Amino acid sequence: MAASSQSPAAVPKLSVEGVSKWFRTPRTSVHALENITLSVNEGDFVCLVGPSGCGKSTLLDIAAGLTKPDEGSVLVDGAPIEGPGRNRLVMFQEAALFPWLNVFGNVMFGLKRTPGLSNRERREIAEAHLDLVGLKAFRRAYVHELSGGMKQRVALARALAPDPRVLLMDEPFSSLDAITRDQLYRDFQDIWQDRKQTIVLVTHNVREAICLADRVIVMSSSPGRIRDEFLVSLPRPRDINSPELASYAQKISAALKGYLSKGLAA
Amino acid sequence: MRRAFVATLFFAALILVWQAAAATGRWSPVLLPSPWSVAEYLWSALRDGTLFSASVVTLKRLLVGYAIGVAIGLPVGLFTSRYEILEDTIGTLALGLQTLPSVCWVPLALLWFGQTEQAMLFVVIMGTVWSVVIATDAGARSIPPIYARAARTMGSSGLDQWVSVILPASLPFLVSGMKQGWAFAWRSLMAAEIYVTILTGFGLGHLLHYGRELNDMDQVIGIMLVIVIIGLLADKILFSPWERFLHRRWGTGIRQ
Repeated sequence: MAASSQSPAAVPKLSVEGVSKWFRTPRTSVHALENITLSVNEGDFVCLVGPSGCGKSTLLDIAAGLTKPDEGSVLVDGAPIEGPGRNRLVMFQEAALFPWLNVFGNVMFGLKRTPGLSNRERREIAEAHLDLVGLKAFRRAYVHELSGGMKQRVALARALAPDPRVLLMDEPFSSLDAITRDQLYRDFQDIWQDRKQTIVLVTHNVREAICLADRVIVMSSSPGRIRDEFLVSLPRPRDINSPELASYAQKISAALKGYLSKGLAA
Repeated sequence: MRRAFVATLFFAALILVWQAAAATGRWSPVLLPSPWSVAEYLWSALRDGTLFSASVVTLKRLLVGYAIGVAIGLPVGLFTSRYEILEDTIGTLALGLQTLPSVCWVPLALLWFGQTEQAMLFVVIMGTVWSVVIATDAGARSIPPIYARAARTMGSSGLDQWVSVILPASLPFLVSGMKQGWAFAWRSLMAAEIYVTILTGFGLGHLLHYGRELNDMDQVIGIMLVIVIIGLLADKILFSPWERFLHRRWGTGIRQ
């Protein structure tokens, strides 16, 4: 139900086709995802919203190629994926920065594994991205010396530097305090408007989804499935505290609550 | 500076208590010599060169055995932590053999190698390798899986993932594995030197042994002190710089 509204001629950048996933333990089997179909066009910013346990992070892992689906497949530019690939970088909930490298080394990690660049170019790109996230002065700092917000900025620079065509983000802002988060929303929107990368962001924060995304896809749990899709046409950059955004959020939250109560009754 | 002062004070107090106990005369000086007579022995042993040459013989055996033990133990520990089949086979073997006190290798080593340097080396390696395997394995298991996942999405796999992620991520555990290996190597060698009397060189363990044979308590205590001091120095020289480096990078172990 999600994909049909998009322009039919172009091959979607990322498409998830009929993906199902079970997590089996010796005692139980959890149906994490049921027949998920979703397509994301070049330059789309899509947010997956749902309660915890609805499988949204699993879906992101499958799109990244870190987890294999039990049924269905994921296609990038029409070609099925085999595993993780440089064209789909992931930003995790915890920054997942490497403590044995300094800030600059972390940003260089992906670049060093990107072919077709000279070392000089790699260094320049890394510098430019540290500048972009406002951490140029901290290039020699170690990870434990950074605040939570700074760590996520480094993680963002690290994910953006190799210029992935698809950026997959798994609740990257959820562990930050509100002030840091609002600042990051503004900065991140600027960066995205500049580059128009294809982004899939997972969150349980409805306002965050509306603030950032073109399309908000609502999921419900057990088993995880797609329930609804909302197009957000507010002008950018968006302010997370604006009344327009709040009224959008109300609509989507109401929808989410509806699925939640139905899910509990079942 | 203050910490060094406190430490010095502590050890000075310890020696004073020892001196006081010896001075009461309740115990025969054959059993409890005064710190002064132990110092006299150490001074004479230092002057006639026995102490130095014994230390050199012992340290040479220790370093060679330890190096071989670590060179085998570290990679094996890393591999057993990553592959189930190795964990179930070599890992279990290591766990079993690690519980075996290293003295227990001495009879086997003597029968296999006779009164030779190889026997000595064999005991040290057997005493070191399994504890290094266990410590490295346990450490490498506690690497957060998110590092490997993040690296994979950035195009790191196979050998590159080993070299660029697993190895550096396990550095803190490798160092603690090496440290534990050092302690075990030291113990094994002392056991071997006390029990294996060979003619290719007298180590500190032999001096200790002959101290007992000659009822020379000055020598026994003096050599024990030397063994403790070498252990302490090795820790400070070999491992402290590494640990400081790791603490600085990882932000661990910082006292407020």
